Amino acid sequence: MPMSDETKNSGNILEMKAISKFFFGNRALENVHLEIKYGEVHALIGENGAGKSTLMKILSGAYEKDSGEIIFEGNKVEISTPQDSQKLGVSIIYQEFNLIRGMSVSENMFLGREPCNALGLIDSRKRNSDTQIWLDKVSVKFKPTDLVQDLSSAQAQFVAIASALSKGARLIVMDEPTASLTNKETETLFKLIADLKEQGIAIIFISHHLDEIFEICDSVTVLRDGLYVDTRPIADIDKETLIRMMVGRELSKEFPPRLTTPGESVLNVSGMSRRGVLKNIDFTLRKGEILGIYGLVGSGRTEMVRALYGADRRDRGAGLLLYGKPIDIRSPREGISRGLGFLPEERKQQGVILGMSVANNVTLAAMEKITRHAVLNEKEELEQTEKFVRSLNIKTPSVHTVVQTLSGGNQQKVVVAKCIFTDASVLIFDEPTRGIDVGAKYEIYLLMNELTQLGKSIIMISSDLPEIIGMSDRVLVMWEGRLTGEFDKAKAPLEQESIMKAAAGEVAA
Amino acid sequence: MNLSLKKFRYYTPEFFALIALCVLCALLEWYSVAVFEKNFVSYDNLVINVARQVSLNAIIACGMAFAILSGGIDLSVGAIVAFSGVITASLVKNHPVAPGWTGYGVAIAAGIAIGLLCGLANGLIVAYTKIPPFVATFATMSVARGSAYVFTNGTPISGLPAAFNEVGKGYWNVSAALRVPIPVILCLVVFVFCWFLLVRTRFGRYACAIGNNVDTVRLAGINVRKIYIQIYMLVGFVSGISGVAQCGRLASGQPTAGINWELDAIASVVIGGGNIAGGRVTIFGTLIGALIIGVINTGLNMLGMLYYNQLIVKGFVVIIAVLLRSGLNRES
Repeated sequence: MPMSDETKNSGNILEMKAISKFFFGNRALENVHLEIKYGEVHALIGENGAGKSTLMKILSGAYEKDSGEIIFEGNKVEISTPQDSQKLGVSIIYQEFNLIRGMSVSENMFLGREPCNALGLIDSRKRNSDTQIWLDKVSVKFKPTDLVQDLSSAQAQFVAIASALSKGARLIVMDEPTASLTNKETETLFKLIADLKEQGIAIIFISHHLDEIFEICDSVTVLRDGLYVDTRPIADIDKETLIRMMVGRELSKEFPPRLTTPGESVLNVSGMSRRGVLKNIDFTLRKGEILGIYGLVGSGRTEMVRALYGADRRDRGAGLLLYGKPIDIRSPREGISRGLGFLPEERKQQGVILGMSVANNVTLAAMEKITRHAVLNEKEELEQTEKFVRSLNIKTPSVHTVVQTLSGGNQQKVVVAKCIFTDASVLIFDEPTRGIDVGAKYEIYLLMNELTQLGKSIIMISSDLPEIIGMSDRVLVMWEGRLTGEFDKAKAPLEQESIMKAAAGEVAA
Repeated sequence: MNLSLKKFRYYTPEFFALIALCVLCALLEWYSVAVFEKNFVSYDNLVINVARQVSLNAIIACGMAFAILSGGIDLSVGAIVAFSGVITASLVKNHPVAPGWTGYGVAIAAGIAIGLLCGLANGLIVAYTKIPPFVATFATMSVARGSAYVFTNGTPISGLPAAFNEVGKGYWNVSAALRVPIPVILCLVVFVFCWFLLVRTRFGRYACAIGNNVDTVRLAGINVRKIYIQIYMLVGFVSGISGVAQCGRLASGQPTAGINWELDAIASVVIGGGNIAGGRVTIFGTLIGALIIGVINTGLNMLGMLYYNQLIVKGFVVIIAVLLRSGLNRES
């Protein structure tokens, strides 16, 4: 495509100017700008609901803009269908990758444009060899004939990227690409992003992980409440400023101060193992404590708490003491009856029931409390739920509202309410702030503080090291199913470096 | 889940089903008065004729609603009708226990027990294996139907006493002017029972939650297996009731009874606004769905159409009902 002089000067592959979009009179975007240079990695950030995805849907042709203009490689373009954007060379890689799990890598890559032989039948040999060329470009080890369902999420993401490249993508949008990746996989992805950059391909990078943005992005555009805030080179900005731009208010710190000091021992775990997964886990949880559990993906963090809660099998011989009394937990039912509450990592798949109301979700795990003689007491249910809506500040139009329509942060609060409704005294939070915007994260932190002030103890798993350090009284680090480190804030300040070392398998002294 | 009038939402699928039912009746009334010079909408026609016809299907549909709600299905209901019917007929005829109503009572209990047993088998397979409900109940359907044939050598057990046949043919004479068919009464009892289970008990809530997201339910410490078993036993239970009543209505135990009834039951749930993928059904809508099928059949009869044509129409109605519910937009 010939470039006009103006484009060469500005060096922009994409300019979105004064884009507005309203849904039934509600502002989704108003007067928003976005300029992407050739070969740059551009972060697009903002809280949930800031308008990032609406803007990207306009770019991809999934939505039509109300007003504004889009200039791609110097030419004014109209994008009204996904086909339009694909023709221009814009490719969006969604979190779910849009791949068909039961089909092979090459079948996925050439879906809808299969190479055919003279008889009009699919030429799978050519398809596989063509696929291999693109897989080589993103330097991966799996084969075109591998099934997508056998790949890790990182590998699936590489398939999606290779597929985008094979369609001639010049601008790739990555929506939360690292959400399901291990640190090592993230590194590989970042290397690929650097390669793509060298080839002049521009990337729009959407992420909640500010650290990643500082690591690989060249510039950043911030949106807030559907409005354009600013675009800055990443070198000119620091994290505090960025957060302030996103939330538009001063967050004195990312984390509220911890106010409680841990009391006596509540839960004592010794020798907990699960063949091939967990090895000899020993730890103690104290009253009013937040015990952070850190580890890279695959370290067995989630498996450990699931075994504790009774959701997964555990080998014989583990000793569990609750307030000094030996107990056994073999099912979530028993876990709950012993006073454990579990907030799972996958909020939408395991935490809430999206299609049911706030009230139904809150009471789900302890319905016997609102049942008399086998009959539901709906009035009681609504009253109890109202109480939680007020005390946890759940933003919902009513307790009858279907949970699906709430924001991620409020959905998470519903899960917390569900745990508390079972009268749990030990709360297990697995990635409590994943996929939640900054403001809502802070509210979850405050909530955790309040819960510990009420004498509850929290085990918090997180992949976010600053969060672990900011919120935990004590940190346990896991590596390959074992505990490789314990750090107590009361004894020495928590340090990223030493925790990271333990997470990489170096046993702390 | 909430049926109190204050919170009644007029745009629910079951409300549309109710409107459709009324429109159908109005059309048929107009046609009937114009052509045959008699009312379609009358107590005799709607209750004695239509409601009596659909009641045995509606009984099953109320149970089927739970299977579909939980994300499953039960294909064995029609075969259960036959199996429990022949067992009941045989016990009524040969009364090994005692003659008269004591014996009939035992026979009826045995028929319903057969339903419960088949349901238990379905429930155990669904709860303890990875076999999907479609396959599990399909197998049970074959076993139950086969058992009915084996038990009877393929010939109906007829010649049942008239007193017993009342359970399917009889009326409750409220007054000289007002009589209600026994199957309609049975259906109303089952309707209220199932509605209560769905809306007012933990069991109903759990069934709904399982259909929405079984992982969350498991982690909430709920015994999912127990719920599955209860669901399929409930379907078996109502199928057994229906089978006993059908046995009375036919005045015999027929191994061919209830063929294709599973399709009518599923159609009732779906026409009544239930989501075939699970997570949402209403008992009220299911009853409306069963009535719509009945009114259409009666209407087509009135127009002189054969049963075969009725099957064709029923197929179209199911598609239209689901279209109205889910819209045309599979793409987005």
